[in-house]
Amino acid sequence: MSAEFALVGPILAAMFAAATPLLFAALGEAVTEKSGVLNLGVEGMMLMGAVCGFAITVKTGSAPLGLLIAAGAGAAMGALFGVLTLLLLANQVATGLALTLFGVGLSALVGQGFVGIPLEGLPKLHIPVLSDLPVVGQAVFGQDLLVYLGIAAVPLVHLFLYRTRAGLVLRAVGENHHAAHALGYKVIRIRFLAVMFGGAMSGLGGAFLSMDYTPMWAENITAGRGWIALALVVFATWKPVRVMLGAWLFGGVTIAQLHVQGFGIDIPSQILSMLPYLATVLVLVLISRDVARIRLNAPACLGKLFHPDS
Amino acid sequence: MHRAWAGDPLLTRGIPPAYLCPEVARLWHCPEGFTFLDPSSLDSHAKSHASDAPPPRLELRGITKRFPGCLANDHVDLVLQPGEIHALLGENGAGKSTLVKMIYGVLHPDSGTLLWQGRETVVPDPAGARRLGIGMVFQHFSLFDTLTVAENIALGLDGPGPMDALSQRIRTVSERYGLALDPERHVFHLSVGERQRVEIVRCLLQDPKLLIMDEPTSVLTPQEASKLFETLRRLAAEGCTILYISHKLEEIRALCGRATVLRGGKVVGACDPRLETARGLAELMIGTELSTPERPPAGESGAARLVVKHLSTTSDNPFATSLKDVGFEVRAGEILGIAGVAGNGQAELMAALSGEALVADPASVVIEGVSSGHLGPRARRELGLAFVPEERLGRGAVPELSLSENALLSGYAREPLVRGGLVHFGRARAYAETIIKGFNVVAHGHKAEARSLSGGNLQKFIIGREILQRPKLLVVGQPTWGVDAGAAAAIHKALIGLARSGAAVLVISQDLDELFVLSDRISVLFHGRLSDSRPTHETSVERIGLLMGGLFATPPDEDGEIVRAL
Repeated sequence: MSAEFALVGPILAAMFAAATPLLFAALGEAVTEKSGVLNLGVEGMMLMGAVCGFAITVKTGSAPLGLLIAAGAGAAMGALFGVLTLLLLANQVATGLALTLFGVGLSALVGQGFVGIPLEGLPKLHIPVLSDLPVVGQAVFGQDLLVYLGIAAVPLVHLFLYRTRAGLVLRAVGENHHAAHALGYKVIRIRFLAVMFGGAMSGLGGAFLSMDYTPMWAENITAGRGWIALALVVFATWKPVRVMLGAWLFGGVTIAQLHVQGFGIDIPSQILSMLPYLATVLVLVLISRDVARIRLNAPACLGKLFHPDS
Repeated sequence: MHRAWAGDPLLTRGIPPAYLCPEVARLWHCPEGFTFLDPSSLDSHAKSHASDAPPPRLELRGITKRFPGCLANDHVDLVLQPGEIHALLGENGAGKSTLVKMIYGVLHPDSGTLLWQGRETVVPDPAGARRLGIGMVFQHFSLFDTLTVAENIALGLDGPGPMDALSQRIRTVSERYGLALDPERHVFHLSVGERQRVEIVRCLLQDPKLLIMDEPTSVLTPQEASKLFETLRRLAAEGCTILYISHKLEEIRALCGRATVLRGGKVVGACDPRLETARGLAELMIGTELSTPERPPAGESGAARLVVKHLSTTSDNPFATSLKDVGFEVRAGEILGIAGVAGNGQAELMAALSGEALVADPASVVIEGVSSGHLGPRARRELGLAFVPEERLGRGAVPELSLSENALLSGYAREPLVRGGLVHFGRARAYAETIIKGFNVVAHGHKAEARSLSGGNLQKFIIGREILQRPKLLVVGQPTWGVDAGAAAAIHKALIGLARSGAAVLVISQDLDELFVLSDRISVLFHGRLSDSRPTHETSVERIGLLMGGLFATPPDEDGEIVRAL
């Protein structure tokens, strides 16, 4: 087996891992946006998840508890956004931007005492036989639980949105909130739940970064992934499977550029670090040139304020 | 007779001669044939009936609803019997929508009681109304464009069950009532008539005992409307009560057995519409005499002010209809009407004429002899075009801006409201005041926000704003959409006056009655194609209605959708 070929397994493994935070955050945001709410605070919610998950795990030694609190912290940020935009009718774009700034600052404050503390990372699942397969063994069957959870969430979210009544109601609320209200659906309650789900998913995505991917806390550890997740949702036309493909693309380029840096090719590392973002946006723009498809899938009430009496 | 003055005057018909009071009637601009009635006597009349008959399907007693700044419903009483088709009449803002929303549980009354089949009931929410057996078809359809018919219907049911079974039920019901529907299609593919069928089938699946229809025919062709009436009569014959709201009085006379009239939130009368004239009903609604506009015959047709040749458009928007080789001209002094059901290319034609959408070939839109397809809205206005879009709020006027600012928005191109790049607010205010006075706009002066005006008053303001710019060519979309009879008559009069003073007027409307009042010639837009125009006096509502349904005398196009006929 040549040396290049031996690399494929670890690269694939690393790609799935690098895609996971994005996958969680973007799936959550897809559900939020399908309900008609545009929450630009994904980055802030991810950061809060990252710092809370890390801190709880360090303090208690329990990673599951850390993850739970991370999801809770994300959901709490989502709830804050919900109170401001759904109940107090604040502008969603401005509130989302504020939520990100708030999350950046608050996570730095909470994480002050945790900078530089090492953490072991989440345990890898080892599936007998499958994990020992050559090349794909480690990549596909040797990941830790969150990676699988992220992938499992894709069909689950898809089934929820397109096969359940609750999903139908959620899409209806995002499509035409006045009509949904006239039919007797609780627009605000449904959106609130969707926003909290989006927050919890972003929190998990952030926690995966700080607890597993690079098991440490550093300010701004998400490095703009929240924004990529937002772009991903739109370019994937709110479809879970396309969100996943986009996330893998991002993960793949992230890992590829790391290896390129490792080979010592003479390109400034800043430019290489830029590549995953550039590649994701570029590819997604190219595949989403079909305006008709965007229009058909975009929730018509996205970002619009809803007041039951008007 | 002075007793009748104590409460709100009740106008009714078929009252014992003792109550006749022609003097008082004239004093109150009471339409001839209507009489004042002492409210208490009507009350006792109703009570004597109630004792031996089965309870009415629905009875409202003293329903009152107050919104900030207005009393929407003031002690409204209404009785609906099983199997009757009952009309609810009134101008815009008379409180009809508020009343039916309370019946359907969307709003809740401040006071008053609602009796459902004789029992006092509180309708907590629309789901509760549906459980009682109350169905409602909304004026603005409560449909979801990107969902399928079956999904849309499932959203309106409480226990829709599995989708396959639901699709089967939809097919069964739609066949039974002659409402053809494919459950798997996405709603945005459907025509307006088909969309309404979705709403009706949704209600029918719940075996309604009361069906509320809010302006159901405002978007239908006459043929579609008469099909709807068949369905409604059949439902009524099966015992379903239908509460029918419409501005179209001829329809109400043809369909309804009873009518209750609201004005200013109060019940002002009840009658059997089959015994009234449409004019009588309109006067009952507005409380004064109605002046219908006369259309003097057009003189010699003048120069062509607008010539459209081979106009075709394409769009990225999947909801849009492309225009296909549209051609027509409008001459000075005449009104050309373009009929058609919404969604057949009206929006695209309006955009191509106003300059909101530019067209590839400049020569396909010629205004005053100048090829203008490539010109933007301002350049076209400078050529003499004025334009009243279909949507009053958001396109015709900015809702949050005052009337004087709104006057400025389109007036600046032709009126001296801007000097050296600076707005001359004094002149803008004066201009707005001129419009308000000249067109009888009811508003709190030029400072009033556009959105604070009722639909009819805002429309009068917008049309006034354009007419006072002395355009050579006026393009109007849906001039009286959702506007009450009084304001509509004023608007029609203004448009006819403008044409007779030498301007060319193009009216694009779905309201055939309106087009027959206004137009010298009529064309029909269907699937993006325009029929040849015909002088109004040589055609009929039926013929135009068939054209609106797609029966053009043209060869079938590539879709095979247009049939050779007539």
